[in-house]
This record gives sequence, C-alpha cells and structure tokens, in this order.
Amino acid sequence: MTHFDLAYVVSTLPLLWDGMQTTALLTVISLAGGLALGMMLAVLRLSRLRLVALAAATYVNLIRALPLLLLIFWFYFLVPLLVGRPVGGYTAALIGFVLFEGAYFCEIIRSGIQSVRRGQIMAGLASGLTYGQTMRSIVLPQALRNMLPMLLTESINLFKGTALVYVVGVRDFLTAASVTGTRDNTLVEMYILVALVYFLLCLAASLSVSRLQRRYAV
Amino acid sequence: MITVENVSKSYGATRVLTDCSTAVARGEIVVVCGPSGSGKSTLIKCINGLEPIDAGRIVVDGTSVADRETNLPKLRARIGMVFQTFELYPHMTVTENITLAPIKALKRTRAEAVKRANTLLERVGMHDYADRYPANLSGGQQQRVAIARALAMDPIAMLFDEPTSALDPEMINEVLDVMTALAQDGMTMIVVTHEMGFARRVADRVVFMDQGRIVEDSPTQNFFEQPASDRARLFLSKILHH
Repeated sequence: MTHFDLAYVVSTLPLLWDGMQTTALLTVISLAGGLALGMMLAVLRLSRLRLVALAAATYVNLIRALPLLLLIFWFYFLVPLLVGRPVGGYTAALIGFVLFEGAYFCEIIRSGIQSVRRGQIMAGLASGLTYGQTMRSIVLPQALRNMLPMLLTESINLFKGTALVYVVGVRDFLTAASVTGTRDNTLVEMYILVALVYFLLCLAASLSVSRLQRRYAV
Repeated sequence: MITVENVSKSYGATRVLTDCSTAVARGEIVVVCGPSGSGKSTLIKCINGLEPIDAGRIVVDGTSVADRETNLPKLRARIGMVFQTFELYPHMTVTENITLAPIKALKRTRAEAVKRANTLLERVGMHDYADRYPANLSGGQQQRVAIARALAMDPIAMLFDEPTSALDPEMINEVLDVMTALAQDGMTMIVVTHEMGFARRVADRVVFMDQGRIVEDSPTQNFFEQPASDRARLFLSKILHH
C-alpha cells in the first residue's frame, strides 16, 4: 500500500472520467428503456383483458426471479449462438438491464397507479372527462408523486448495478478504477475514490428528490 | 327528465338492483333512502353511467345511458355529481379543482372558467379559499367546494351520493344549507341521504329502497305520515327515534 497521493489521483482522472461517462450512459439508456418497458408492462398488467394481464405478470415474475448477471450472460453467451454473431458486452449488458429494470419499474408504476383512490377516477369521469383525460390530469400526477421514492431507489440500484458490466469486459467507472489500481498498485486509493464518488452521487440524487417531494407535497 | 325503467344489476352472483323504476321531472327534488346495502348509491351511479346496468333502461334528457352510441363523457358533463368522500383532487387548488373539467371537457378559456369558479365559490361561501389545497380544508368546506365543482359544468341535474355521511355533525348543516339553496333555485336533484330532516323540508318525493328494490316511491308528506310498506315504517321508526 502506498500513501495517499493527491497528485497521483488527479493524474488518473481522465481515464476514470471515461469510465464514468460509460457508467452514466449505461444508466441513462437503461433507465429510459426500463421506464418505457415498465410503463408498458404496467398498463398491460392493469388491463381488463385477463390473458394480457397474465402474460405481463408472468414476464415480471419470471424476470424478478432471475439474477441480473444471468440475464447479461444469456445475451452475451447464448444469444450469439442463436444469431450466429457476437452481441458484444455493451449491448448484452444494456439489453439485460432494460429487461430487468422493466420488470421492477412495472411493479413500482402499477402500485403507484393503484395507490390513487378509485373515487378519484369516478370523480373525473363523473365530471365529463374522458378516461384518458382522467388518467393524465388526475390519476398520474398523484401516482407519480406516490411512486417517486421507489423510482429513485430503483434508479440508484440501477446506477450501482451497472458496475456488473465488468464481467463482460465493458470499461465503466469501477472497471476503469480497477484497471488503473492494478496497473499502478494503487487499489486502496482507487477503491476509496470510487466509493466516495458513488456515495456522493447517490446522496445528491436522494437529496434532490426529497426536495422535489417537499415542493409538491400536499 | 330522468327515467329509470326496470333496471337490474348484479356484481357476479350478487344481485344489487332488481327491477327498479322511477322518474324525476325537471326541477324535482327526490330523496333516496333505505338501509345500507340497499342499492341506493349503485342506483344513482347507474344514472350517469358510472356503473353499467344489466337490464332495463335509463334515459336522461332524451339520451339512453346504456346505449352503445351514447357519448358518456358528454352526457356526464351535463349531470353534476357529489360524492360521500368529496373526491377533490388533492394535487390541485380549489380553483383548479373547479376549472379542470370546464376547461378540458367544455373547452372554456381559463379566464372564463376562473370567473365562473369565483361566482360559484361565492355562492357556497368559499370565496376566501380559492387558492387553498383540499388538505387544508375541513370536510364541510371540501364538500361545498365539491358542490361548486359540479355546478361549474352548468348541469341539468345534480346527483348527491350521501353527501353528509362522512362529515362531523357540526359540519352537516353548512352542506345541507347549500343544497337547500340549490333546491330553491330550481335545480333538479336526486339525493341519497339519511338526513330525514332535509328530506322532509326539501324533497318533493321520497324513494325508499331495500335489498335492491324500490319498495316505496311517494310524495314526501305521504312517506313520512303514512308509509305504505312495513319495511319503510320500520326504517322510519328506527331512524327518527334516536
């Protein structure tokens, strides 16, 4: 172990910054994809058509029963066998994240919508609004506020979870730090730095959401 | 203006309405009463199509409610409804609650809708609360806002579903006073309520329901002085002597 050297840490920053960009991009794309998929699944799960609701529920329960790493391995190792060419670590990981987060976001969105009292829908409909208008103006704003803490928790999980791309050779923030630390024999500095950065980013996200919540609190 | 003909309805195997028929003329005030679970609330929710019916026919101002061709949002925009649990939108101010449907469903401008909202708030005695959120109002105040919200659509009739049942006793009168004033202005009203004093003072007719059937449908004075059925007599004796 070497002593903590600030000048050294600064010198590693460009490489780490590249890794952080990969982590950020993975998080943003997976979040967008996961939310879109989750929204769709939630609508399907709440459908009055039994078969549609059942299909969505089956997907959600199946995915939630599997380790995320297994999903990534499927797309990295098994799908190439089917399509006849390599998928690539980055793509495999992204697909895995989106499919996985979609199931979790589905449940968060569904419980958020269900947390709004049925009487609110009745009131909207009774006042002459269409079902779509009632959902948009009355149900979803309330549902969104109710699910904000859960959405944040899941997004933070996803952000941290992207570190799994290590196993399929994608150089994210943590991987970049590991590589640097191994090369320069500075793993202690690197891992402390990584922990600090993850901690500060997650803390900032939590604080901004609780502020948002206070602003929109009734 | 509103006719209910031989309406029946079940939830699965449970029959909630059996062969109900009645009619409400323009300007008439009808109170619907009866023990809990007798189908009163379901019946008035059928009138604006919030609950579908299995058999029979409901016609509102010439429009058949259960008809496939009927534009339900358009029909509902003409019938005001007030709920037991108020159902104000918690994420909107009082004014926003009242102007939402006029702006979205009637395509009124915001300025028009706000002006009308202010007039109505004045009428229900809530004009000082226009910018408050529902959570900062008492139950009675919330219900008065809910009445203003329903009136903002300039309805041809108003449906009240136990409007005072969720209120503390000292707040019941402020809501009943607003309803009485509305009745005196000639509004057509169907009111599900246990407030027999209100029924006696304001109603033209009383519909008494039991186990999903309309057991009695008579002018108010007759209902209170000489109820035709034993069931209504028993109900009145229980509800009036406590």
